[in-house]
Amino acid sequence: MPIPDVKERFSGAINEVTIGATPAQGGSRIRTVTIGGETGLPMLGFEASYPHSPAFALEVNTSGVDDWHREARKHVADLASNLEKWAARCEEWGADLVCLDLAAAHPDREGRSPEKCADDVKRVLGACGLPLIIWGTDVDEADNNVLPKCTQAAAGENCLLGTAKADNYRTLAASCLADSHKIIAEAPSDINLSKQLHILLRDVGVNLKDIVMHPTCGALGFGMIYIYSTVERGRIAALGGDTLMSTPVMVNLGKEIGRVKEAIAPEEDMPQWGKLQARAPLWESATVLGYLAAGAELFVMRNPEALQQAKAAIETMWPKPQAAS
Amino acid sequence: MFVIGERINGMFKEVKKAIEERDKEPIQSLARRQLAAGADALDVNVGPTKGKAVDNMLWLIDTIQEVTDAPICVDTPKFDVMSAALKAAGNRTILNSTKASSPELDRYIPLAVQTGSQLIALTIDETGVPRDVDARVAMGANIVTKAMEHGLELVDLYIDPVILPVNVAPKQPKAVLGAITQLKVISDPPPNFVIGLSNVSQSCKERELLNRIFLCMAIGVGLNAAIMDALDTELMNAAITAEVLLEKQLYCDDYIAAYLSNR
Repeated sequence: MPIPDVKERFSGAINEVTIGATPAQGGSRIRTVTIGGETGLPMLGFEASYPHSPAFALEVNTSGVDDWHREARKHVADLASNLEKWAARCEEWGADLVCLDLAAAHPDREGRSPEKCADDVKRVLGACGLPLIIWGTDVDEADNNVLPKCTQAAAGENCLLGTAKADNYRTLAASCLADSHKIIAEAPSDINLSKQLHILLRDVGVNLKDIVMHPTCGALGFGMIYIYSTVERGRIAALGGDTLMSTPVMVNLGKEIGRVKEAIAPEEDMPQWGKLQARAPLWESATVLGYLAAGAELFVMRNPEALQQAKAAIETMWPKPQAAS
Repeated sequence: MFVIGERINGMFKEVKKAIEERDKEPIQSLARRQLAAGADALDVNVGPTKGKAVDNMLWLIDTIQEVTDAPICVDTPKFDVMSAALKAAGNRTILNSTKASSPELDRYIPLAVQTGSQLIALTIDETGVPRDVDARVAMGANIVTKAMEHGLELVDLYIDPVILPVNVAPKQPKAVLGAITQLKVISDPPPNFVIGLSNVSQSCKERELLNRIFLCMAIGVGLNAAIMDALDTELMNAAITAEVLLEKQLYCDDYIAAYLSNR
């Protein structure tokens, strides 16, 4: 009896989004990072192609690491006061990109000025050759003041900036268009709102192929399943031909790990959970693998050890390019 | 929803005149407008025009191909016209249509396979349009069997269970819905289902309302294509909405704009 052909063939594909610009492209990055381009659901090398490996960014935070959990903090504690050194170290740790989190601009923190934030961006760009993600404060007013200065400061570098939300997207969209950057569209665990936000961005002139979707994030054990199914549903719609959902997906998960008791409780409190030193990075890398299985392509992490674990694991399982027959 | 725009048909005065005078503009305008309104393919029927049907058909196809590469649904009862049109067309084609009697299927299905066309098969045979569900299903089964026999992929097959005007044949709409319901489980993957929608309201007063409601009811049981008036915005919006309600499209507040931009 012949073996039936069970391969699924989809009419759609995920957009390819490139972040960063080399000197030849008008920037100063040592290389660019491209995500997306898949023609099928994740990890099915026998039926789809996966032209780009998942990409990993490490977070560099302008507000320091005092509120990071112990196991993530220990790697960067001596770097926290020096953004340049911190960003350069990310490269050594194997990150593909740096995610500069502008937390210091948050009004409840330092309320750092737009000019100073733009200077932070410039200093990081000067110290590290990796493509850059620039992450705002999640406070609309602060973002609308700070992010336009940052897009200008990084003009030519083809950064990825976020986040644009359904009720606050115009300023960032206009700034990214003016300075030729890619944009992060954020809709919290809401697939319908995500699609709507993509329409809104398109209507103000953003090319759908310049958008990376951020469905927000919950760590393993902290609402991950909601985000997982959001990513999965969006991916199925995209592959079925819904071009509004064909944007690659990123998750900014490093900052979520500290919310999970299992990832941060010391072994003295929970001896049955094993050594925290091993448990904390595993929790972060396992969260990555979960989202990878849902379809996400870009991961922002905090713990360099977890990044290395996740990369090593993916290396063994990610379908090689042109694996599809 | 695969929408086949019905407006390029010699039954319409404007089209008839354009064909007879070889005036391309009205035809190309209709092609463009239907596609912009949401049509995925264009039905082309020369209707009762003067001159040789085959010449008129080839001119129409050429005229349309100058402005679009959308699939052309060649709508003619004449085998020689059909054969010439499918062979001459550069765009993808849909053969519209064959009846369900075996000799007809044995003639038309190989033509579709040979020309790489999709095919619409009507559940009509030498005895005419069936009155009930069962006869439609029997014909549908014969169509599917013949398609498999001649090597036509079922994804390229459209079964048309033939809708008649509700004012003269009130039991027919329900019979069409019953036939689609039963035939969609006949094979895996199932064939596609199409109807010539406007026929349901022929000579009725509330034409647009009848078309709109019947289309939604048929989509509800599995219809996935229709030859219809894509320029009727309310009709298009109803079809798009029905698909959202069946989760064939992902909802968002501007789902109609999303649908139209996704094509």
